[in-house]
Amino acid sequence: MTSSSPSPTTDVDKPGDHRRAAEPDLAVIAATAPIEGGVGDYFRTYRQRVRSGDMGSLPAVAGLIVLVIVFWSLRPQFGSLANFSDLLKQSSPTIFIAMGLVFVLLLGEIDLAAGTAGGVCATLMARVSVGYGWPWPFAIGAALVAGVAIGFFTGSLCAKVRIPSFVVTLALFLAFQGVILFIVLNGAGAHGNISITDNFITNLYNGQMDPWLGWALAVVAIVSYALIKLQQVRSRSKAGLTAEPIALVAIKVAALAVIAGLAVYLLNLNRGGTGGSQLINQGGKLVLVKPPALQGVPWVVLIMMFFFALWTFVLSRTRYGRHVYATGGNTEAARRAGIRVDLIRISVFMISSFMAAVGGVLLASNTHSVDANTGGGNTLLLAVGAAVIGGTSLFGGRGRPADAIIGGFVVAVIANGMADLVQGNNRDSIQFIVTGAVLLLAAAVDALSRRRSGATGVG
Amino acid sequence: MTEPILALRGIDKSFGPVHVLRSVDFSARPGEVTALVGDNGAGKSTLIKCIGGTYTIDAGEYHFEGRPVSVHSPRAASELGIEIVYQDLALCDNLDIVQNMFLGRENHRGVLLDEISMEKAAAGALESLSVRTVKSVRQRVSSLSGGQRQTVAIAKSVLWQSKVVLLDEPTAALGVAQTAQVLDLVRRLADQGIAVVLISHNMLDVLQVADKIAVLYLGQMAATVDRKDVDQQQLVELITTGRTGSIGIGSNHATAGTV
Ligand SMILES: Nc1ncnc2c1ncn2[C@@H]1O[C@H](COP(=O)(O)OP(=O)(O)O)[C@@H](O)[C@H]1O
Ligand SMILES: [Mg+2]
Repeated sequence: MTSSSPSPTTDVDKPGDHRRAAEPDLAVIAATAPIEGGVGDYFRTYRQRVRSGDMGSLPAVAGLIVLVIVFWSLRPQFGSLANFSDLLKQSSPTIFIAMGLVFVLLLGEIDLAAGTAGGVCATLMARVSVGYGWPWPFAIGAALVAGVAIGFFTGSLCAKVRIPSFVVTLALFLAFQGVILFIVLNGAGAHGNISITDNFITNLYNGQMDPWLGWALAVVAIVSYALIKLQQVRSRSKAGLTAEPIALVAIKVAALAVIAGLAVYLLNLNRGGTGGSQLINQGGKLVLVKPPALQGVPWVVLIMMFFFALWTFVLSRTRYGRHVYATGGNTEAARRAGIRVDLIRISVFMISSFMAAVGGVLLASNTHSVDANTGGGNTLLLAVGAAVIGGTSLFGGRGRPADAIIGGFVVAVIANGMADLVQGNNRDSIQFIVTGAVLLLAAAVDALSRRRSGATGVG
Repeated sequence: MTEPILALRGIDKSFGPVHVLRSVDFSARPGEVTALVGDNGAGKSTLIKCIGGTYTIDAGEYHFEGRPVSVHSPRAASELGIEIVYQDLALCDNLDIVQNMFLGRENHRGVLLDEISMEKAAAGALESLSVRTVKSVRQRVSSLSGGQRQTVAIAKSVLWQSKVVLLDEPTAALGVAQTAQVLDLVRRLADQGIAVVLISHNMLDVLQVADKIAVLYLGQMAATVDRKDVDQQQLVELITTGRTGSIGIGSNHATAGTV
């Protein structure tokens, strides 16, 4: 007798079966059908989805707004131009690592070694750049290749040797700390703490682009978004399929334009302050010389936009992305559909470690240096927190690169706001506790919404 | 009388010492619903999985469209045009109907998924089965009822122009209304000229929708009968004892009716 055979002759109602008793199916579906014309209908559909437990990034966006309001009102400096730019920068390493983790989490796996893997790649970059004089393209390239290789190794252990990813990456988390230590203590150049002298590398985190470039970037982003949306609407209507209402597309494009425009405008203002002007004797005349203006969109924003666009495209528009979602949603179904589940599994760890390498490079760029702690500490936990807070499920099947960005901002705002707010001895302790609590809260929301939508796979 | 598209003869299948199928004959014809019935553990699912290539047969002949074939993998079966709708539906909850119906066989142009052609084809397949219960093919499967899920799984076989569709207990978890819908669908599937094999525990379902009934009893084919030649009483007897009157194991016409 197989466990899968239900008891004979009667209609058995399994608990957790998705039947809504006695309702005419028609009504339910009609209510969730997308929408020929109305924007109102669209919001109704959206509300329905939220109610059924699929909240996406909604809690994170709401939380972000609340946090900003709270910190800003408690401490006006929180809203300063300089701090705005700092927030963008501070969130970037976490966001890059979290973007990679989204892929791993989509399969319901975890990569606990992402932080220290990033550390290995960053210290490797520093060693070859400083110790062996490699130019930056090769130094950064080495870090990225190392990331991909680490991911291949991790993924193979999970997919081929079939060790649970939790154990593999916990072991590697530890091992990589050893590797980091080895790299900083051996080879040519400084030992212990390696100062990075390459300007390109240090500017990745610390530099800003010329103001005009910021504007150009905003225009490119807005126009491409609008074109993609319009193209979608046009081809769907031409094929006789329901398309997003034009009014809604207009609202979305306008919203993006306002946000991007405002952000670039603010970042292009001089945030260096007015102090520091000096009278200088120039050929017998006294001249008032201002310090160079500190203005412009940080380069990290461009890198973030690049990876956001890349991974969003991969996940939502390619067969590979579709297969990642399918494998995370129901591995058995994916396998029966002929998807090479093992290769998908290996690939997500490669993406995770690659993005960890990018995050590691940015961490090193931030401090102009690497040491034995690079990528350790709470690096990983913040990244996992960012992904989950942003709306990526720990149970697999649900998540987007955008989650990493929104969640990354939440994490950065908490760290940044708390650091100003709580001074003295207990600064770090409170910050750890609050971040941990927020992660728990996000995980609880995830677990509850999953129960609500019953998205457990079938049977 | 049409020739069987699928014909198995003398199929044996063991799992180690457990001899699950003993010299089983089975066939299915285009445009007919062939019900496969039997008590728990009779070997119905095993037989279906042998046909679908999940298990390979130990001995016996496997003919498809009159030719002997060897089916060693689900892929080989689906290349022949044999599709299994599994008891535990192989659908991804987090994907929508179109995405599920095309899973693993997505249309694409270059690296880009061709969503429009897929959506049209999926909607067309549902329409050809006169499915009205599913209004939007862009709904996530997690929001569907059990009957709708079955509908999606079945429509998938139409989409891929399967010639033989094997349904393992499609109504086991459904209520009355949804069971009726799914049985309706099974009928329409056969009316499209597909050979449908239906496993069910439910006598009423079987008697309502089947053209032929094959009864497995402890791994042996007790009888294959025309629907019109049996009533419920006889069917229950066949299932529980392997024989009824002159039909069944140990009788002279081990396979009464026409095979
Ligand atoms: N993989 C397997 N290994 C060993 N025994 C099995 C396996 N699959 C099925 N069986 C046995 O074969 C018999 C028939 O099972 P099954 O085909 O699932 O029956 P049914 O679907 O008719 O209820 C049962 O006794 C079951 O225990
Ligand atoms: Mg069974």
